[in-house]
Amino acid sequence: MPENVNGQDQVWDAVVVGAGPAGAAAGLALARAGRSVLMVERGPFPGSKNVYGGVVYARVLDQVLPQWWLDAPVQRWVTRRSTMIMTGHQALTIDIRAQNWGEAPYNGMTTYRPDFDAWLAGKAVKAGAELITSTVATGLIRDHRGRVCGVRTDRPGGDLRARVVIACDGVNSFLAKEAGLLPAADSAHHTLGVKEVWSLPPEVIEERYALGPREGLDIEMLGCTRDIPGGGFLYTCHDTVALGVVVSVEGLARAKVRPEELIADLGKHPAIAPGLRGAELKEYAAHLIPEGGYRAMPKLATDGLLVAGDAAGMCLAAGLWLEGVNFAIGSGLAAGAAVSRAIASDDVSATGLGSYRSSMEHSFVLADHKRMQDAPKFVLSERLHAQYTGLICDMAERIFTVTNPEPKPRMTALLRRTVKDHGVRWRDLAQDAVLGGRIFR
Amino acid sequence: MATVEFRVGERAHIVVDSQVCRSCTTKACVTACPANLFAQTSDGGILFNYEQCFECGTCYMVCNSEGALTWTYPDGGHGVVFRNG
Repeated sequence: MPENVNGQDQVWDAVVVGAGPAGAAAGLALARAGRSVLMVERGPFPGSKNVYGGVVYARVLDQVLPQWWLDAPVQRWVTRRSTMIMTGHQALTIDIRAQNWGEAPYNGMTTYRPDFDAWLAGKAVKAGAELITSTVATGLIRDHRGRVCGVRTDRPGGDLRARVVIACDGVNSFLAKEAGLLPAADSAHHTLGVKEVWSLPPEVIEERYALGPREGLDIEMLGCTRDIPGGGFLYTCHDTVALGVVVSVEGLARAKVRPEELIADLGKHPAIAPGLRGAELKEYAAHLIPEGGYRAMPKLATDGLLVAGDAAGMCLAAGLWLEGVNFAIGSGLAAGAAVSRAIASDDVSATGLGSYRSSMEHSFVLADHKRMQDAPKFVLSERLHAQYTGLICDMAERIFTVTNPEPKPRMTALLRRTVKDHGVRWRDLAQDAVLGGRIFR
Repeated sequence: MATVEFRVGERAHIVVDSQVCRSCTTKACVTACPANLFAQTSDGGILFNYEQCFECGTCYMVCNSEGALTWTYPDGGHGVVFRNG
C-alpha cells in the first residue's frame, strides 16, 4: 500500500475509482504515460465483487499488452459458440466450432473475474499505478467552482485529491449518480444476472461438451425465462460449468418470480440437465448489467470527472453479441489517454477531457454501440420472448416431424399454421423482421 | 448460501423504512432480490437482512416507494467475495 495515500498534500494526476477492467485499463494507460495514478478498490482485491456471463474478448489488449495470452488467467479458449432458442421442452441450437479461436491471437476466453481483474490490475501496478483495496469512495470532492477535484473515502482521513477522477465504479456507480450523470434508479435499462458455478472433473466436461483439453464452450440462450425478457447462458471453465439467467429487472419485478426459480428451471431443462449431472454447486452469484445501450448512456465527462465501463453503461447486449469486459477495457484505456492529454494541455474541464468521447467514437467502444442502438429494445421486447421463441421451436419441430402416411406439408403452410397457433400478427412479424434486419445489417 | 464467502461488516448497508413499505403495493423487493433478503411482515412492513447480500442493487432498482430503501456499498473490504464470478 502506498504510504502517501492519506497525505493531504498529495494531488494525484488521476484517482480511478474501481479496479475492475475499466479502472485497471485506465490505471495502466495513465501509468504508462508517466502520470501519477491511484486506483481505489472497495473489495479486498480487484475482481472480488465482479461477475460476468460467458466470454471475455481480450483482443483490445493487443496493443497495450502484446501477447497478453501468455500469462492471462485463462480457464478455456472458446472454440464452440452456440445460440440456443428454447421453450420448456424444446431447443433449437445454432452451433459454431472454430479451431482458429483456440490459437493465438485467440478470440474469446472463459475466466474467473477475481483472477482476470486482479491480473489486469497487477499490470497497471507493474506499470507504476498505485492500488488501495478495501476502500470505498463515498463521494466526490468539488472545488469552489463546482469542479470535481477528488473523492472522499471510508478510510480515516481518507480524502483523496486528484486533477481528474475516473469513475469506473461499476453498474451501480454512485459517483456518476452523485454527479447527476445517471438516474438514482433505472430498472428499465438494467437486467439482473444470476449464476451458478458447478464443479465437474475436466475430462467429464470435455466429454460431455465435446471439447479438447483447453477448449471451451459458450452457449447463449433465449426463451428460458418464463416469458420475462432476458435469456440464459452456460460456459465451461477448466473444472467448472457456469449456468446463468439474465432477466429484465422490470420484467422480473412484474412477474413476481424469484430469480433462483428461473435458474433452477433452466438447470432441469432436458437440453441442459444431462451436462450438469452429478456436479456439485460451488458458488452462486448475482450482478446487475446495464443493457440500455447507446441511448441510455450518461454524459461521459464533466469538469474533472470521466465515467467508464459499466458505470457508463458500456455493456453491449445485442442478442448476437453479448460483450462487456472488452468495452470496459476499451473505455478505460481511452479515459486514461484522454486524462493524460488533458493534463498535458492543462485543461481538465469537460471540454479539455473531450477527446475521451471523440476517441471512442472512432473505435469499437462507441461505434459498435451507436450501430446497435436499437438492439436493446428489440432484444428485450416482450414479443421476442413470449411469442417468437415458441414459434421458432415449433416451426423447427414441425419441419422435422415425419407424419407419414401424410405427405410432407409445405413450408408456407407450416409457417402460416405456426404463426397462427402462437397468436402472432403478420404485421408485427414483418415489422420486427425489418427492425432486426436494420439492427444487424 | 453456504457456497459464497461473505465478510460481514458491522454497519448494515441496507436500511429499510418499514413505515413507508406499508403503503407499497408491489413489494417487488421480496421476490426480485436474488439473495432472498426481504420478507413481508404480518402488518405489511418489510423485514430485511444485509449479511448475505450479493451487492447487486436489484432491490433499490425495483423499489417504487421513495425513501423506503437506502442502499450503499458495505464498508471497504466487507461484503461478498466472489471467487468464481
